Amino acid sequence: MQPHEVFLQQLITGLSNGMIIALIALGYTMVYGIIELINFAHGDVFMLGAFLALTLLGVLGMEAWSPTWRIGGVAIMLVGSALFCGGLNWTLDRVAYRSLRRASKLSLLVSAIGCSFICTNLGLFWGGVPMEVFAGGVAAAAPKDFPQLIPQTNLLGASAIRITPADIAVVVVTVPLMIGLVFLVNRTRMGRAMRAVAQDATAAALMGIPVDRVIGITFFIGGALGGFASVVYALYNNTIGFQMGYRAGMDAFTAAVVGGIGSLPGAVLGGLTIGLVRAMSDQYLETQWTNTIVFGMLVMILIFRPSGLLGTTRREKV
Amino acid sequence: MSHSMLEVSELRCGYGPIEVLRGVSLRVEAGEIVALIGSNGAGKSTTLMAINQVIRPTAGVVCFCGESMLGLRPDEVVARGLVQVPEGRRVFARMTVLENLTLGAYLHSDGHAVVSEMHRVHDLFPILKERQSQLAGTLSGGEQQMLAIGRALMSRPRLLMMDEPSMGIAPILVTRIFAAIRELNQDGLTVLLVEQNARGALKLSSRGYVIETGAVTVSGESSDLLNDDRIKSAYLGE
Repeated sequence: MQPHEVFLQQLITGLSNGMIIALIALGYTMVYGIIELINFAHGDVFMLGAFLALTLLGVLGMEAWSPTWRIGGVAIMLVGSALFCGGLNWTLDRVAYRSLRRASKLSLLVSAIGCSFICTNLGLFWGGVPMEVFAGGVAAAAPKDFPQLIPQTNLLGASAIRITPADIAVVVVTVPLMIGLVFLVNRTRMGRAMRAVAQDATAAALMGIPVDRVIGITFFIGGALGGFASVVYALYNNTIGFQMGYRAGMDAFTAAVVGGIGSLPGAVLGGLTIGLVRAMSDQYLETQWTNTIVFGMLVMILIFRPSGLLGTTRREKV
Repeated sequence: MSHSMLEVSELRCGYGPIEVLRGVSLRVEAGEIVALIGSNGAGKSTTLMAINQVIRPTAGVVCFCGESMLGLRPDEVVARGLVQVPEGRRVFARMTVLENLTLGAYLHSDGHAVVSEMHRVHDLFPILKERQSQLAGTLSGGEQQMLAIGRALMSRPRLLMMDEPSMGIAPILVTRIFAAIRELNQDGLTVLLVEQNARGALKLSSRGYVIETGAVTVSGESSDLLNDDRIKSAYLGE
């Protein structure tokens, strides 16, 4: 490969991973925007979405399906995981966060960390289910292979640069979701209500907005985006594990902060930045430096530009 | 059973161990403007927040049109037509004027009615039409107050509670806002007006209540209160 081809290849890889990170980051930033909580369980909700997708794949026997049917199978997993993660995130809010609305932000944060541990262990348990797709569930903690439902063949034929159907799938799923989200937040009645609650929940309640319901819906939407992301992640990386939520969650959280927590465009920009930095660092430095670079960036942003690249200058509360 | 539009009796509430309201009683009849005056920290805003159920009362009665409001959520209280313009205006600063007004009509899905309500608000405060695409945070204090009132009107209140609409506003705009309150009242809106500007509020209202350290101490016809020596010295600066 020529040097410029190497660079282009890393650009493609970085952007694809960045889109997935961005989709998860949107969940963090939406929830933070509305109740100023870093929902640490979000990454683990994402992880459980991938486990549900693999379960659906196994139960329905999608590996035996024809290539056309497999696209339908992907759609089933996307919808299933989105509903599941949305519902799970809504439930976390209802059970673990709602009663702490008037408590200190620290109590809320600790509750979120607790939820994260619970979800991680649910993933560990799930990995031990004796199904063929989980390798019989013998080694619950081991990473699970996620079958290549979308082929990783090179669409550019013999070219040195690879663009695969999986790359295309990432774009086809994430971009419409992001556009849809921006439309929802900026142009619909529910979106206006969400922004109103984010700015001043009491004033919103005095306008007749059911604040807790709006917050619950925000959790659902954020979780659903994580569910979509989990399926795309699994199809792209072909391996899932109960600890993937922690890593992907950390990347997405960093993306949300780098972009400006609370800002939707910021989360997308942050996600793409983290994806690209990871790819370039893996290529041109060494992979063991990548985490240092990414989280060094987080620290630098927090010190020198705490509101993030696109964030408004609001007081940080976490 | 009383037939007052709003009946508040022996209302108590507090923040933690500190009791802010120690038994507030007042009533508002349909069609009235009632003033609630008192100094800073007397419990005026807390009274409104407790009526709206933003703060949960610990004891007492809040009846609106014969129905108890206790245990309802704030948005359910608003849905029944008991609406508040909160202290400090609290407009949604990072939204446009038009979006703020549209949010006021959150509970109403009937497009035509919302449009005609919007016309009414624009007639009352034409500046809100001129500035409709501007961010609310960029308006002056007086304009924000007009927006806060307009936003509350969009939810079609039967009783509008206003918390210090004259606070921090240029005198000329205070006159404009008080005139608007009178106009709204003549069109049939019932008003509970909380003010530190006691003279203005008593001149506008038919009856008044004085609240001191969490309880109503004096009440009566506003014209009588304006001539009451104790009130003159304590609240009217005479």
